[in-house]
Amino acid sequence: MTPDTHFKEGLAAGEIRLQRCAACDTHIFFPRVLCPACHGTDLTWVTASGAGEVYTFTTVRQRPERGGDYNVAMVELAEGVRMMTRVDGDPQAVKVGMPVTAYVGDIDGTPAVLCRKSEA
Amino acid sequence: MDHALRGKSAIVGLGVAGLGEAPGYTSWDIMAQSAQAALADAGLALKDVDGLFCAMMEDSMPVLMAAEYLGIRPRHVDGTLTGGSSFVNYLASATAALDAGLCDVALVCYGSNQRTASGKLVTASRLPPFEAPYKPRYPVSGYAMAAQRHMHQYGTTREQLADVAVAARGWASHNPQAFMRDPITRGDVLAARMVSDPLGKLDCCLVTDGGGAIVLTRADRAKDHAKTPVYVLGAAAESTHRQISQMPDFTVTAARESGKRAFAMAGVKPSDIDVLQLYDAFTINIILFLEDLGYCAKGEGGAFVEGGRIAPGGALPVNTYGGGLSCTHPGMLGIFTIIEAAHQIRGTAPGLQLDGVDLALAHGNGGVLSSQVTAILGSEATL
Repeated sequence: MTPDTHFKEGLAAGEIRLQRCAACDTHIFFPRVLCPACHGTDLTWVTASGAGEVYTFTTVRQRPERGGDYNVAMVELAEGVRMMTRVDGDPQAVKVGMPVTAYVGDIDGTPAVLCRKSEA
Repeated sequence: MDHALRGKSAIVGLGVAGLGEAPGYTSWDIMAQSAQAALADAGLALKDVDGLFCAMMEDSMPVLMAAEYLGIRPRHVDGTLTGGSSFVNYLASATAALDAGLCDVALVCYGSNQRTASGKLVTASRLPPFEAPYKPRYPVSGYAMAAQRHMHQYGTTREQLADVAVAARGWASHNPQAFMRDPITRGDVLAARMVSDPLGKLDCCLVTDGGGAIVLTRADRAKDHAKTPVYVLGAAAESTHRQISQMPDFTVTAARESGKRAFAMAGVKPSDIDVLQLYDAFTINIILFLEDLGYCAKGEGGAFVEGGRIAPGGALPVNTYGGGLSCTHPGMLGIFTIIEAAHQIRGTAPGLQLDGVDLALAHGNGGVLSSQVTAILGSEATL
C-alpha cells in the first residue's frame, strides 16, 4: 500500500495515521517513502493520539454570502508533526498555544483532519 | 581568501516595461519589451544574447517560450523556478555560467500582465494536497500565519507592521514609476479591510502588470559598455520547504543562511551595505528579513522599523523605489530588487537617489517564505 493510500484509508476509518521512522523515531507528516530527518526507509504506521496545540493561525476573511470568515490553523500534534487544519468554532477565539484535539471530520464531503478546542 | 566568483560578473544593462498597467499586452510582450530596454541600455542587441535566464508563470517551460518569442537560440539556459526569488537566484547561476564560458551575454528577464489580464495572481502550481482542503488564501494566509506567530512569540504589533507599509509608500511617493504614490499613515494601514488576519489590504503587495530585465557579462568585458558596471560580489541561496506547514520555524527564514553566505562571498558585513532592496510581498517579510540578514536580533524587527528608520530620511534605506507594497508587484518581484539595487549604485534611480552608494543588497523570496536568495552588488570601488 502506498503512503498516500494508507493515510487516506486511515481517514476513511476515522484515524489520523502518521508514519514513524524505525531508525530515528521521528514521526512524519505528510506521508512519504523516506524519513526526512535521517533518510531511513524503514517506516511504520501509528495512530495519532489527537492531542495537539495551535502553533499559529489566520482568519481568512470572506463575505457572509460566501460563507463568512473561517479559520486556517497550523497545529502541532503531541507526536511532533505539524499540519494545516481548521479549528472549529469562532475564528476569533483561536489563540496560539491553545490546546486542541484533532479528529477526522469532513470538508465538502471528503474526510479531513479537523480540530476542536480541548476541554480544560 | 576571495570567493572564486566574487566580482566575476557585472550587470551592464537594466530595463523595465509595462509597470502598473499595460492593458492588451501579454506577459511575453512585456518580458520582451523589458529585455529590449535592458539590452539597449547595455549597448547590445538580442542577437548578442547567448545565455537566457527566465521564469514566468504562464508556461511550464518558460525559458524555451522566451527564447522562441525573442527569436534567439541561446547556448545556455536556466529556467529554474523558485518563485519570486528566481531572478536573484539567476545572479548566482549566470555568474557561474559566464565565468565558466558557457555564455558571454546573459539576459535575465520577466514579464507579467496579471493586473489587466485577470486581476489576480496567476499561480503556476496547484495548492499542496495536504493544505488545499482548508482553503488557505495563498499566498497571503501563509505570510499571515508567520506574522501571527511572530506577534505571539515576540510581541510584534500590527502598528509595527504598518510602519513597513508607510515607509514603502514614503519612498514610492518620490518615484514616478510607482503605482501607488499617495502618502499613507499607520492609521490608514490599520483601518484597511482585513484579508487574512493579522494582515490587512495595505499589508499586502500590489497586483500590477510589469516586466524587468538585466544584462550581465564577465567583469573583464563590463567596462566596454556605456553604463557604469554593477558587480555581483556575492549571491547565495537556501530553501527550507515548499508548503508553509513544513516551514521549520515560522519566525526564522532561510535568509539567515543565504545572507550569511552572500556576505561571506562578498567579504562585507551588514553594516557596510548602503541600501537594501528586500522582497516585500507582505509587511511581515521586511521584519523577518531585517532580522535574518543581521540588521537586528531575532524578535526585534518590529521595534527596528518604528520611527521611520527604513523610510526616506531614516538611518537604513530599504526598498528605495517603493517595493512590492507601493511601486510594483507583477507576481514575482525579485528582478525589481536587483534593478533598484543596481540603479542606486549607478546613480540612476528613477525615484529618490541616495548619495554615494557603493554596496547594495538585493534579496529574493519565493514560495511561502520557502526560497531565500541574497545578493550583494557593488561599484567598481568595491572590487
